[in-house]
Amino acid sequence: MSASLRIPLALVMLSIAALAAALWLGPTQLANPFASDDITRTIVWDIRFPRALTAWLAGAALGLTGAALQGLSLVLIGVGLSSFAGGLIALALNLAPNPGALADLVNWTLGSVDGRSLEHVALAATLLGIGAVLIFAAARGLQALTLGEEAAVAIGANLTNTRILVVLGAAACTGGATAVAGVIGFVGIAAPHLVRALAGHDPARLLLPSALAGGALLVCADITVRLLPTDTELKLGVAAALIGGPVFALIAARLASRGGDS
Amino acid sequence: MSVLLSLRNVSVDLGKTRALADASLEVAPGEVIALLGPNGAGKTTLLRAVLGLVAALGEIKLGDASPQTLSARERALRAAYLPQRPQAIWPISVEALVALGRFAHGAAPDRLRMQDQHAVDDAIEACALGPLRQRRMDEISGGEKARAHLARALAQHAPLLLLDEPTAGLDPAQALGVADVLRAQAEKGGSVIFSTHDIALAADVANRVLLMKSGRIIAQGAPTAALTPDALRKAYGRPARLERVGSSFAAIFER
Repeated sequence: MSASLRIPLALVMLSIAALAAALWLGPTQLANPFASDDITRTIVWDIRFPRALTAWLAGAALGLTGAALQGLSLVLIGVGLSSFAGGLIALALNLAPNPGALADLVNWTLGSVDGRSLEHVALAATLLGIGAVLIFAAARGLQALTLGEEAAVAIGANLTNTRILVVLGAAACTGGATAVAGVIGFVGIAAPHLVRALAGHDPARLLLPSALAGGALLVCADITVRLLPTDTELKLGVAAALIGGPVFALIAARLASRGGDS
Repeated sequence: MSVLLSLRNVSVDLGKTRALADASLEVAPGEVIALLGPNGAGKTTLLRAVLGLVAALGEIKLGDASPQTLSARERALRAAYLPQRPQAIWPISVEALVALGRFAHGAAPDRLRMQDQHAVDDAIEACALGPLRQRRMDEISGGEKARAHLARALAQHAPLLLLDEPTAGLDPAQALGVADVLRAQAEKGGSVIFSTHDIALAADVANRVLLMKSGRIIAQGAPTAALTPDALRKAYGRPARLERVGSSFAAIFER
């Protein structure tokens, strides 16, 4: 079997394993998803199942977006947009009509999939589907961009199309992910870097593995925050940022020592 | 299509600088044309104007159409371009890089059809990259990288090759290897325009040279006819001459 099939397949299996673990594992006891009593079934299928699936979808959307945006190399624009988005969130906090709304907003910025339902799953899945279609349509353009912008145009790539597809696809994916799970950093940056070692550097062949890895990663992170014996459950976004910050710094340091020009 | 490229009174302004002034040129199949001149003479600008990568005044015809009216894909099928500092942003394999040359033919590097695979194989062979095809672009030497990028341009199978300093950074033997590739291209009926600072190599491989200075073509023609001591001094600001040495040339600059 070729690597382009083997790696996505392995990541699909990893995702399924992580989802199964999320159904079984609880803070106090293991729950058998196939048990017949109502309480266990409610815990497993009405609470844990949508929560884990939401985490997977949000992670996959972020992993896919990360791979696509890294292919575009729009770092500076990204930095600008990120501070603008930060400003918009601050504006929303500023204009919050009452303390309840303020608390909701703050919780949302911490990122969590606690208490999500199948409605959230449907929303995230729909937007991930739309985003994935757009981003995969840009795959060849991303491949061409390996040569840099000018040479990409010279080999016949329509970069305007590529950029529009990626930006719209990224908007759909991240829109869906943040709508159901709040602000979760790290996955979009880490997932593509983590799978490059396995799947190679071709931006087109990185998209699917990166999405699958992002999903598995976030499900695992969510299992971790559920099992951590803290009085107040740690929020998923907080955990991701606490792990992700140092990992990102490590990746950046490695990239810097390798040198960008190859 | 007897003329692959024609420029008539083409000028390009980059900011407030006139980088190319009133350039006129016709390129027929089978020609190898060398662009010579000091840094900033307009060689790169001329190549980029042909591809429509910079806005130009005057008339440019790539085959029968202006590059501005062609889609990127249609341009890529008519002219392949090797930039002065070619990049491989991601360390993909040499073969995957060369396969990007098939982009305009609709091929994805990991799913090549028979004719794409042949084009890639031929280009790898022509640039002597056979043993390196599975190596990653960040694991090979500067000269090997340069050859990989040249192979990418060859794999495009465009009738016109526009190469910006294809021999920069190469040792003399490798530079001659590139010269052989350019000649072979011309023998197959393609045309090559390449810029270089290696005057002797240009005289050796090109059947026509354009000597540029400050955006203008100040001399053109067969190498020995165009590269007179007068013209060379005018271009480079120093006394210089081109001498025939055996079957090749030497360019001699005086202090």
